[in-house]
Amino acid sequence: MAGVSVTFTVNGREVTATVDPRTLLVHFLREHLKLTGTHIGCDTSQCGACTVHLDGRPAKSCALLAVQLEGAEVTTIEGVAGPDGMHPMQAAFKEHHGLQCGFCTPGMVMMGIDIANRHEAPDEATIRRELEGNLCRCTGYHNIVASIAAGASSMRG
Amino acid sequence: MTRERHYIPESRQREKPKSKYFAIGHSMKRVEDTRLLTGSGTYADDVSLPNMAHAAVLRSPHAHARIVSIDKSKAEALPGVLCVMTGAEAAEVTGPCADFSSPPTTQHCIAVDKVRHVGETVAAVVAESRYIAEDACELIEVEYDPLPAVVDLEEAVTSTGDAVLHPERGDTNVAHHRVIDFGTVDEDFAQADLVIERRLRWPRSGGTPIETVGATAHYDRGTGKFTIHANTSMYNYVGWLIAVSLKVEPHRLNIVPTDAGGSFGSKLFCHKVCTLAGTLARAAGRPVKYLEDRIDNMTSGDAHGSDRVYDAKLALKRDGTMLSMRLKVIDDYGAYFQYGVGQHGNAMAQVTGPYKINSVQVDLTAVFTNKCQQGAYRGFGSEVGNFVIERLVDAACEELDIDPIEMRRQNLIEQDQFPYIMPTGNMYDSGNYQAVLDEALGMIDYDGWRQKQAEAREEGRYIGIGISTCQERSVFSATEFWMWNPNETPGFTLSSSPESVSVNIDPTGKAFITLNAPFWGNSPETMAVQVLAEKLEMDPSDISVGYADSDKGFNSSGPGGSRFTVMIAGAVSGAADVIKEKMLRVASHMLEADPSDLEFRNGSIGVQGVPGKEKTLAEVALHAHYFRLDLPEDHDLTSGIDAAYVYDHPVTTMPSEDRTDLGIFYPIVGHMCHIPVVEVDVETGKVDFLDYVAVHDCGTMVNPMTLAGHVRGGTVNGIGSALYEHFHYDENGQLQNALLSDYLHPTPMETPVDIRVGHVETPSPFTEYGIKGGGEGGRMGAPPAIAAAVEDALKPLGVKVDSLPLTPKVLRGMIREAEANGG
Repeated sequence: MAGVSVTFTVNGREVTATVDPRTLLVHFLREHLKLTGTHIGCDTSQCGACTVHLDGRPAKSCALLAVQLEGAEVTTIEGVAGPDGMHPMQAAFKEHHGLQCGFCTPGMVMMGIDIANRHEAPDEATIRRELEGNLCRCTGYHNIVASIAAGASSMRG
Repeated sequence: MTRERHYIPESRQREKPKSKYFAIGHSMKRVEDTRLLTGSGTYADDVSLPNMAHAAVLRSPHAHARIVSIDKSKAEALPGVLCVMTGAEAAEVTGPCADFSSPPTTQHCIAVDKVRHVGETVAAVVAESRYIAEDACELIEVEYDPLPAVVDLEEAVTSTGDAVLHPERGDTNVAHHRVIDFGTVDEDFAQADLVIERRLRWPRSGGTPIETVGATAHYDRGTGKFTIHANTSMYNYVGWLIAVSLKVEPHRLNIVPTDAGGSFGSKLFCHKVCTLAGTLARAAGRPVKYLEDRIDNMTSGDAHGSDRVYDAKLALKRDGTMLSMRLKVIDDYGAYFQYGVGQHGNAMAQVTGPYKINSVQVDLTAVFTNKCQQGAYRGFGSEVGNFVIERLVDAACEELDIDPIEMRRQNLIEQDQFPYIMPTGNMYDSGNYQAVLDEALGMIDYDGWRQKQAEAREEGRYIGIGISTCQERSVFSATEFWMWNPNETPGFTLSSSPESVSVNIDPTGKAFITLNAPFWGNSPETMAVQVLAEKLEMDPSDISVGYADSDKGFNSSGPGGSRFTVMIAGAVSGAADVIKEKMLRVASHMLEADPSDLEFRNGSIGVQGVPGKEKTLAEVALHAHYFRLDLPEDHDLTSGIDAAYVYDHPVTTMPSEDRTDLGIFYPIVGHMCHIPVVEVDVETGKVDFLDYVAVHDCGTMVNPMTLAGHVRGGTVNGIGSALYEHFHYDENGQLQNALLSDYLHPTPMETPVDIRVGHVETPSPFTEYGIKGGGEGGRMGAPPAIAAAVEDALKPLGVKVDSLPLTPKVLRGMIREAEANGG
């Protein structure tokens, strides 16, 4: 199968690669770039474990082809914090016990940052509604909702 | 039931519960979180080995069929394909998968001759990429000769001929049948004023973690040794059985645990995936990764939960006194029988619940059907028992017109009756059930909700309040796996289920703990750190934790059965005692004081009663590591400070020969009371939570924050089981909902805004610090409470809840039927 060249930015770094055109973005991130923090759970875009930011908006990387990304900017869980420490949303998840096994967590954090970006002070009902595309099997969501509310508050400073 | 006191072994508890702790009991932030939050965890799919190839499997489209022929030539010809294996080829080099049933049941990692459920692996492909491997699967041509599909569990009881899944076990799909009377059942029923009878149905669901099962295997031809990285557990307990399947000696298999992205029981062993990956790696001559995709996991992940129908009876006096139970149960095990009827051994730990019930008869039939086989799911069968007894108790309340709370108060085991031997022989170590009930009632404002319920009914709204008072047994012992086996084929009657750790103090005085079991999604590192910090009065941030592979690990059963925290605490405590003794001996030379005059205090070892006369742990550690000649000649006083410790199960006894006494096997028994308040929309059948209180007594709490996390998460698993989840097989044995788009996990929209968690602490007299396990409790208490709440809400319509899940469609059907009957 002929490869297709694609150039886009991942976590602030420009990446050019020749890929099999059917390569999913999530596989490109995980296997070509070794950014394994973005996870695959359901294969069918229900669980949201693969959520990344695409040009500043959340996107399920299991439902995109890498070749669609020409010129785009992608941020993954590995790219949200500076070299030391954690993003305020990550810190809020730790503070509020918003994770157990951690598998859905990168997607939850990416979604949480986006919720905070789009809502001034998201309330509990807003956060729950916004999380309709993210599944967690461990926490029962209670602490995830609390973490996102707190993370949004710290992001506002 | 009366038994001699000497039946209970003496407690081996060394650390008594305390009124004040240094590190235990604090809601310490988790040690595990930073790596998981930053995307630095290593889950099964994150393993990458040099020159690694990828596998995919071809799944059976039939529920039951003979494999007539397989033509793999087109698949092999596809560029990038390294190897295509059929079951017959795999069976030439690899034996059957590990199996704990007795008599044994044969399952291969790739089906041989026959497929027994939809989704079973028929062939596997190894290729340069997963994409190519999937392409190649589509090029494999298989001719099948379909056989009758057995789907209904009651019809399975009478199957014969071609419908029989495992003819080598006899001309029947009855995998197991045994009736046991525990205590004086006939006499107790003879004394009853009434017998409540219900036919109850518990549906097939599963842990279905967001991460599937995966293994990356490497076979070194030079040494003849396999290395398998997988999100398995029990690899330091029975992992060597995978080596047996691969036909190598156990020391020629190293299993390296990865992080598990959730398990809920489903990743208890994962031996089929490990065996398959190993087989393919050896055949391909390359490291091979095989990761289940979602459909593989749902149709063939070997981890479906209990699927039971009960004819259940509860015998009572007219005043509400519970006397005895008769349970006739058929359980649909699916196509294989990996853990035998271990799920029923488990349920016997608390089959009569928290009540003073004198006896019980259990008539157990396990059947084979053409479905994915059962494995473990949070509760391992005990959650079903809780549902059954609580439904019977609620039915008795209705029949006798006794308030559900009064009924429970009257029958709960009293505080002065512990340790309590229940009819099957298991022990409830301790408890204060009335206190748990009181706490829950206080938190929910029970009378207030009853008032609101009455007002809402006036407005045509259907609000219901349910209550469950349930046991949460913890710390399984191995006997549960085989106690039901027939006397003529008792199986491997093991009695060990230990947990072990090693602890090293480095030259700077910091500690490293090695667990011999995996990260399974809970908080083992945090637990180990808190216990070691407690023992050595160390700063928790000076302790880190790792996981041993099977080359380096020693006997450890791993997480499961709500045992890990209790068992790690025992192992860390034991290792810390060895460490402490050594450090005290070294410090005694440094301080020129007798070891018995020394104490650990806040990061130092000092002379009791002499403030300032002390050495920091760092000074002692440095001395122990590098200044051997400053210490006296003593055979035991070797350089460095380290310890390994194996903590055996705190209290196990063997079952009696005739099994009318199963012995003590699940003795660390917590208790819970769940009270949900629901509103049922009778137009749509949707159930909403208006309030939810869950009070648990898990003994001494190591970390209230993580325990509450478990309670809430487990409760939401229970909400899924009660309201949404059901593996739906059609009459041909096709699984209709093998994706998370159809198999409905609760989302944030279906879960209570707040599950309000309360605690009562009754320390166990048998475990270190009195800790009890709490990992499964939520799912063991929520379903009966929700069933009761929905029934209570629909009481004006006369709806009875005898089966789960109560999906909107099911509820609408029940409401429609009730209305048609003039309800």
